Amino acid sequence: MQVPAPFEYERATSVDQAIGLLDRLGDTARLVAGGHSLLPMMKLRLANFEYLIDINDLSDVLGYITVEPTQIRIGAMARHRELLESAELGRAFPIFADAEKVIADPVVRNRGTLGGSLCQADPSEDLSAVCTTLNASCVIRGRDGDRVVTMEEFHRGPYETAVGDAEMLTEVRFPLRPNGASAYEKVERRAGDWAVVSSGAAVWLDGDVIADARVGLAAVGPNTAGLPEISAMLTGQRPSEELYEQAGIIAARSCNPVTDMRGSEEYKRHLAKELTRRALRRSVNRINEGS
Amino acid sequence: MQVTMSVNGAEVSREIEARLLLVHFLRDHLGLTGTHWGCDTSNCGTCVVLVDDEPVKSCTMLAAMAGGHDVRTVEGLEQDGVLDPLQRGFMECHGLQCGFCTPGMLMTTRALLDRNPDPTDHEIREAISGQICRCTGYATIVRSVQWAAAEQAGIRTSLPEQDDSRASSAVGGAS
Repeated sequence: MQVPAPFEYERATSVDQAIGLLDRLGDTARLVAGGHSLLPMMKLRLANFEYLIDINDLSDVLGYITVEPTQIRIGAMARHRELLESAELGRAFPIFADAEKVIADPVVRNRGTLGGSLCQADPSEDLSAVCTTLNASCVIRGRDGDRVVTMEEFHRGPYETAVGDAEMLTEVRFPLRPNGASAYEKVERRAGDWAVVSSGAAVWLDGDVIADARVGLAAVGPNTAGLPEISAMLTGQRPSEELYEQAGIIAARSCNPVTDMRGSEEYKRHLAKELTRRALRRSVNRINEGS
Repeated sequence: MQVTMSVNGAEVSREIEARLLLVHFLRDHLGLTGTHWGCDTSNCGTCVVLVDDEPVKSCTMLAAMAGGHDVRTVEGLEQDGVLDPLQRGFMECHGLQCGFCTPGMLMTTRALLDRNPDPTDHEIREAISGQICRCTGYATIVRSVQWAAAEQAGIRTSLPEQDDSRASSAVGGAS
């Protein structure tokens, strides 16, 4: 039987109260949202805390998806199912529905949250790659107020984020730009599994040339960092199969996969190339279909 | 710590350790062993119960987290001696063999039919995609859920059409 080590359980009644508890308890405490990453780690004793602060009662205040003229703001407690089912989010960023359909399974998606996924900072986690692809920024709240960091600053390494001991990720912001679309491609060994490799792409067109494009990969290295070299190569070009091929080659060269039970390094580089190509192609097709 | 929640409509309150998982609370503290405890890693889905009408894997939720919420287990499906249409569907269409996955399958598909009374095959398969059955190959489970959906809608006339071509070809191959 897998059971976590003993801890004290507290239930947060407000964001400020949760931060107050974290401030008092320091690194002996951890927030739990959906719990579908943290509890398995605690059951395996890979993570041990003296205090667990349950923030599920904050779903009402942190579970929003708010569409504004220049950005979409999503509360950290928005659950996977809500992200998948939001028509507004799906219209603006189809990459979300692409990714959410292949994150775990529907029952797990009832519990898991956007904030929890990002804070887990697993290198194979799909939403981190989505947020990187969409150039998201993260709002971190502490006793002295909010600070906003980019995904590159947020995701410091495997299981490590910019969120301090007395801080909490409260919101993720996605800039909205016209004439764009996005897509997510994932290869997994079986339904609901972690990615062997995933690639996200977002493209914005100006007329018939690429105004900006971003690619984010998952499961091919310690970070889900974006690939600025691909953005630089694509910007100002007309979309074409040759261009997607070149972007794929950069993706395969720039990532750092390791051979493990999910596949060899060589196979993963092949996937990085092919999935990047497919995600870019699908993004551009979606812009053209929408116009 | 003290935890209080509604289980199958009745309020229960117990003194528990904070680290107690909901599945063990239901089975060991309340004696509701209908909820099965399987893989312990939120993969197999036999421990699914409804929390506020949503399916949740109870091996990956603390009992403490369910405090103040409405929990429904497989024991709560039958009402006044009448089995749920899903329970009857699983009987009619052979939706189980060993029965280990059945409590989770029943609860997940109960939630499915509550949201979507007329699901397609694909929607049923999608709903149970986080659950593992090693006996049926899923075809009879899908058929059982279809039976229940029709039963609920009051349009039961005959068993759903057999769509399990693999089963019939296997029989043919054995001859």
